[in-house]
Amino acid sequence: MTAAGREPALRVKGLTKVFADKSGPKTVLHNIDLDVASGETVVIIGASGSGKTTLLRCINYLERPTSGTVYLDGRVIGRIYRRSGKWKDASERVLAKQRRGISFVFQRFNLFPHLTPLDNVAIGLNKVSGLAKRIARERAAEHLRKVFLGDHLHKRPSELSGGQQQRVAIARAIALEPTIILFDEPTSALDPELVREVLDVIRMLAASGMTSVIVTHELSFALQVAQRVVFMDEGTIIEQGPPWDLFAAAREARTRRFLEHFNLPDVRAGS
Amino acid sequence: MTIDWGIVEMAIPLLARGTLVTLEISFVAGVLACILGFTLGLCALGHLRVLRWAVAAYVDFIRGTPLLIQIFLVFFALPVIGIRLDETWAGIVALAANTSGYIAETVRGGVGSIERGQTEAARSIGMTHPQILAYILLPQALRPIVPPLTNELISMTKNSSLLSVISVYELTRAGQAIISVHFVPFEIYLLLAIYYYGLIKTLSWLSRWVESRMPRL
Repeated sequence: MTAAGREPALRVKGLTKVFADKSGPKTVLHNIDLDVASGETVVIIGASGSGKTTLLRCINYLERPTSGTVYLDGRVIGRIYRRSGKWKDASERVLAKQRRGISFVFQRFNLFPHLTPLDNVAIGLNKVSGLAKRIARERAAEHLRKVFLGDHLHKRPSELSGGQQQRVAIARAIALEPTIILFDEPTSALDPELVREVLDVIRMLAASGMTSVIVTHELSFALQVAQRVVFMDEGTIIEQGPPWDLFAAAREARTRRFLEHFNLPDVRAGS
Repeated sequence: MTIDWGIVEMAIPLLARGTLVTLEISFVAGVLACILGFTLGLCALGHLRVLRWAVAAYVDFIRGTPLLIQIFLVFFALPVIGIRLDETWAGIVALAANTSGYIAETVRGGVGSIERGQTEAARSIGMTHPQILAYILLPQALRPIVPPLTNELISMTKNSSLLSVISVYELTRAGQAIISVHFVPFEIYLLLAIYYYGLIKTLSWLSRWVESRMPRL
């Protein structure tokens, strides 16, 4: 879908993450390669502990990868090239700048509880993008209306439902107009009846051309929204492909075994 | 045991003056201690290792030595390196230095108690570490910080009685002056206890009022 030779929005190359554990080093990600084209929605699935969340966290350097490189729009994240010809780990200050192109939506929303929904979204525009407070708030209000929260601008986050809080978090993520948004199980902490409103918003954003990587257990959602589904197990990408192909006819036994845990009648009926 | 009421009557206004001085000293020392304590606490949370170590060493020293010795150090040792302070200012500096160490720990603990997700969310929208401290963590930490902070300030007010040893004319010293002339230790120390009790109770009541007005999250 991208023209040949064009840089992908996100490129992950040879990413490995080793956690130092009491019982010794534990490799959570093995040599991961992943490209995400501009406008593409990639869904990552896999059992818990397979490294999906760690991968997302490494992509925007909430965790520093042990080795490997993350490119955003062709530019390296997390390291800077020294005149001496060597790469050096970026300082937090440099990282903060490099990270502006990546937004993250957390499982537990992580809204700032001391700020209204409006200011949760506006604070990044004001303090990071440098917009005047009044303009940042106007812009924030627009984004909140986009996720259907125009009536809740001035409440406390604690007065909102989980679904509403997650939609504020999504507005906060899109407000900075990032190159890519990473969603880490955005509906796992929600009551079942609130899942839909959040997925609807993500679906709408995906349809409007947002580039995103979504870790989720909602396979039927993946089916509707993803151009590509990636299956991970034990820190490696086992296989990937268009959702229909992967769900209906996975090549790898491990993928099939994982998919057996889910009810996907529409897939089997369709295949 | 009989109480010499004549002395009591004479002492009451004198001690009231001493109370005023205690309040003034505690107020100035408290303001300085807060400024210094918050600064130190934020340094302890910063990314500069040298600063973190310096603050840790300072807090360790303050907590590991008696306030009385710290007062003597400020009063007698600072002139040796050319800093001359009169006894009131020496007392204020000693109290502020001492209390700031405890406040620094309170600030560090309060900010540290804010869950990690807050920092991560702020980092994910591109905030730098100082911005995260100033706009995200500190505002949320104020609520857990304020009760221990007011406790520190109240104990500092109590501890200001130690300044009597360097002749600061605060409440305790005012009482001792009367004792040295009239030799009525029982009446005066009893009065001092009552004055301090009244003062501290008032301050605790005030601080609880402040705490109750803190915004809830």
